Amino acid sequence: MKEISTREAFGIALAELGEVNDNVVVIDADISKSTYTTEFHKRFPERAFNVGIAEQNLMLVAAGIASTGKIVFTSTYAVFASMRACEQVRTFICYPNLNVKIAASHGGLQVGGDGVTHQGIEDIGIMRSIPNMRVVQPADAIATKKIVFAISEIYGPVYLRLMRNPSPIIYDESYNFEFGRGTILVEDGKDVAIIATGIMVSEAIKAVEILRTKGIRAILVDMPSIKPIDSELILQVAKTTGAIVTAEDHNIIGGLGSAVCEVLSEFYPVPVKRIGLRDTFGESGDWKELFKIYKMSFEDIADACLDIVKMK
Amino acid sequence: MENYKEKVRRLKNIALELRKDVVEMIYRANAGHPGGSLSAAEIISVLYFEIMNVDPKNPNWERRDRFILSKGHACPILYAALAKRGFFEREHLWTLRKTHSILQGHPDMKKTPGLDFTSGSLGCGLGIGVGMALGLKMSGIKSRVFVMLGDGECQEGAIWEAAMCASHYRLSNLFAIIDYNGLQVDGWIRDVMNIEPLKEKWKSFGWYVTEIDGHNVEEILSAFQLCFKVGGPAVIIAHTIKGKGVSFMENQIEWHGLALNEEEFERAMAELSAEEV
Repeated sequence: MKEISTREAFGIALAELGEVNDNVVVIDADISKSTYTTEFHKRFPERAFNVGIAEQNLMLVAAGIASTGKIVFTSTYAVFASMRACEQVRTFICYPNLNVKIAASHGGLQVGGDGVTHQGIEDIGIMRSIPNMRVVQPADAIATKKIVFAISEIYGPVYLRLMRNPSPIIYDESYNFEFGRGTILVEDGKDVAIIATGIMVSEAIKAVEILRTKGIRAILVDMPSIKPIDSELILQVAKTTGAIVTAEDHNIIGGLGSAVCEVLSEFYPVPVKRIGLRDTFGESGDWKELFKIYKMSFEDIADACLDIVKMK
Repeated sequence: MENYKEKVRRLKNIALELRKDVVEMIYRANAGHPGGSLSAAEIISVLYFEIMNVDPKNPNWERRDRFILSKGHACPILYAALAKRGFFEREHLWTLRKTHSILQGHPDMKKTPGLDFTSGSLGCGLGIGVGMALGLKMSGIKSRVFVMLGDGECQEGAIWEAAMCASHYRLSNLFAIIDYNGLQVDGWIRDVMNIEPLKEKWKSFGWYVTEIDGHNVEEILSAFQLCFKVGGPAVIIAHTIKGKGVSFMENQIEWHGLALNEEEFERAMAELSAEEV
């Protein structure tokens, strides 16, 4: 399979889902071309709506439609879904626990050239703190398709974080997604465990290769289900390795790193290093360059692993 | 068979009974929002005891008409109507705002039988109503969606996002009622942030607009009939008096969110009892 973005994979999967599930409704706030929901609009115009550039209304209309028994997918960008319409999501979707799936593209610095206004770096933290909300982030296009189908089968609100730019394909069709379950991708040894999500999974795969050349044997976990998180797996790899590095394209405050630390500090404290944006805004630029500048590249993940092994 | 005159008399008396329940609920809870509850009494009476097709034995009946109280703080008047309509026992009214109550300080659709949507954060009910109206149409259900808006919340931008959306999708099953009592927490709306010209605003957003005295049952009845004839989206701008029916509360912003003491409670109940027709 060629490299495509998870937002594009989402759009393709959504149209496929529409074929098999008549109850799925899609609402956009103008940018359906960007979130690739256009195919769903074309095939199912009677259950596809566009509210225009009005994200607060997007979430309210979604809540209203969901209350009549539909499965509603809204699609916009992470910054707008999590901040412009945050209270609508919290009070009118999560509080009444309605069946609305919020697909949010443009998560993190991987957005690149559009810059800070379009780089959602706080969304996981915001969405994770709302009761009833589940937060998921696929690592590649194949996982995205599986996740789109899986979230349609579970009742209640879900925040689905997607990426703007193409990313490497990691999985094959045998991949299976479950809420609250991570996947062990590499099990080289007992020196350190990397827990990554989204685009950082493919960065972490490269980090593991660097570590191999330096004699460090790592475990790599993909954590697509950030809430509920796989506490069992986190504790298992913490007990095996005694050192954890988290990797996410998000502020290190509130995201995957925080979620992992919450589990560890309560049940099995071990040293942790968090890779992500260090409480700063990004900027425009090629995302691979930005990852280097903001210390989020595969080399930075490998360095963090080398450092933490020394701390054991 | 009830004739028109009897119907009007019945609906007026129900409004009065609902007012008395509001006063007693807030007195017993020692908290709540009397002003905006009392201003909505006649409209709620007409909706729940004449217009809306609901089934208290089956509150989630999918073909029911829906009501969203966008100005959620006025929930005591809605709770009183739901109890009187038979959705739950009247005794629950005296548990308002208390721990484990089915009657939250602001409406919770998951706790109160007959309550169609959660509300309380202003500016959001109309967008939800748009969604409901779309969802019902998609399912081929002919039910109508009614949204009661506060005048003050028309200052919220989300109201106008929803207003634009309702006319774009030609939602013939969506009806809004604005409880225009003229007051908001910080004072008169015209002084805090003027919403006029209100009728022209709604018209320019593609809505059918009619303006009435929101305490006149005959006018409310004929406004709804007119709106149904024209089809939605239609809005009734109902001019009302905040605190209506209790002399010392009328047009007094202090009574937006204030509980009555014992003496005020006795006075209010005596005044309301004297009004029966």
